[in-house]
Amino acid sequence: MSVPQSAIALHRLVKVYKSTRAVDGISFAVERGSVTALLGGNGAGKTTTIAMIMGLVVPTEGLVRVLGAEMPRQRNRVLHRMNFESPYVDMPMRLTVRQNLRVFGKLYGVAALEDRIRQLASELDLTEFVDRPTGKLSSGQKTRVSLAKALINRPEVLLLDEPTASLDPDTADWVRSRLQDYRRERDATILLASHNMAEVERMCDRVIMMKRGRVEDDDTPPNLLARYGRHNLEEVFLDIARGRREAREAAQ
Amino acid sequence: MSIKSEQASAHVTFSFRRVGAMVLRYWYLLRSSWPRLLELIYWPAVQMLMWGFLQLYISENAGFFARAGGTFIGAVLLWDILFRGQLGFSISFLEEMWARNMGNLMMSPLRPVEFVTALMIMSLVRLAIGMVPVSILAMAFFGFNLYGLGFALAVFFLNLILTSWAVGILVSGIVLRNGMGAESMAWTIMFLLLPLTCVYYPVAILPVWLQPVAWSLPPTYVFEGMRALLIDHVFRADLMLWAFGLNIVLFAGAVFAFLKLLDSARKQGSLMQTGE
Repeated sequence: MSVPQSAIALHRLVKVYKSTRAVDGISFAVERGSVTALLGGNGAGKTTTIAMIMGLVVPTEGLVRVLGAEMPRQRNRVLHRMNFESPYVDMPMRLTVRQNLRVFGKLYGVAALEDRIRQLASELDLTEFVDRPTGKLSSGQKTRVSLAKALINRPEVLLLDEPTASLDPDTADWVRSRLQDYRRERDATILLASHNMAEVERMCDRVIMMKRGRVEDDDTPPNLLARYGRHNLEEVFLDIARGRREAREAAQ
Repeated sequence: MSIKSEQASAHVTFSFRRVGAMVLRYWYLLRSSWPRLLELIYWPAVQMLMWGFLQLYISENAGFFARAGGTFIGAVLLWDILFRGQLGFSISFLEEMWARNMGNLMMSPLRPVEFVTALMIMSLVRLAIGMVPVSILAMAFFGFNLYGLGFALAVFFLNLILTSWAVGILVSGIVLRNGMGAESMAWTIMFLLLPLTCVYYPVAILPVWLQPVAWSLPPTYVFEGMRALLIDHVFRADLMLWAFGLNIVLFAGAVFAFLKLLDSARKQGSLMQTGE
């Protein structure tokens, strides 16, 4: 496989847990500087796919490349150029925001670290509580801290699992704006898994729909809306999740 | 150094900066929690006082124990190096599981060997915080000067800490692979070594069939060596060399097992799950 221009490339990727085929032979490439959504119902294989891209899970078959490095075998070549944020992973609660960012900044080898922390604190509106223990913050503030950690090394590839889960609409909107700014400023590649269809429509250039471990559809949001004859992605999502497209095609 | 050159160096094989970052993380945690600090001193102090008073009592009533002055206190202090060394390693590791931070670390450029090195350094820091005050208490209460053992103490310490790290590394690998259901191993596994390594009595007391098992464990040589030093005033270099040789094998085996368990955790997808 030769896809040097892609930030992320998956080729016939399979993951089997005991008897469950969590990911079943998916292939796609994510272009540099794009924002791509990975959508699907619970158990569709999104989290396993992202975990394989991050090198946390070894594929049963197939190949994952991130910035040209095969994951997880060559992960040490690229981990400092990537980062991620997920509501299923926490920052150490007893450490202050500044201490957490300092530790992760050092792990990622960030130069002029204290300046970078100041910059992120200002951009993500953390300055007021930067010296407070992370565990004492509200869930919206914690999400912003996790985002600061995800951006500390100015990643070229950013993987986001439900970046606005459990946030109020105002904070969620604010987080989306910051991510769009970051993508614009750094020409970063963002791959996000989300159940928020409005978020996907607003942020993403492309949507990959997964179902039962397979890619069910893959296109830009306008093309998906046109193809399914729907007004929003939520309706498209429901069509795919409930197999309405196949039913319609079978009827025709 | 520019960001690019700094980041280019991020894929070097071993980075002291990353080890330092992890040590800093645990230091921040210790500093933020006085119960964590108190706990480091509390149990070693209680143990030392109990065994010290017991030794005082029986030494006043038996000629042999009068000659074997300090054997029990010496044994309890050396046992604490072994036990607290492993616990210090394992607790720092478990802090990441409790904090649901393992995914962040495994996704970062931190290498497994750097993580293990940071845990070893933290086990030394935690041990020093607990053992130094307790060894001074032993001097004040019972006149037992642990540091009076001199060079022998350094050799005993080296061998015991190597064993404690090997056990800590193995337990961490098992928890990483099997989740928090295996957490209790971190608290209990060392107690299996308490009777087998003959902390408070000579190997000769064990049934003959069990003695080879005892001699296969490096700490047994240290406790035998300590008794030889305190009772017979002889430093048994041969015992220490055996202990060191066995420790090298044990440590290498533990590192190998840890890497295999980590590999298995990546295959099973358990690195993102930190629950039971």
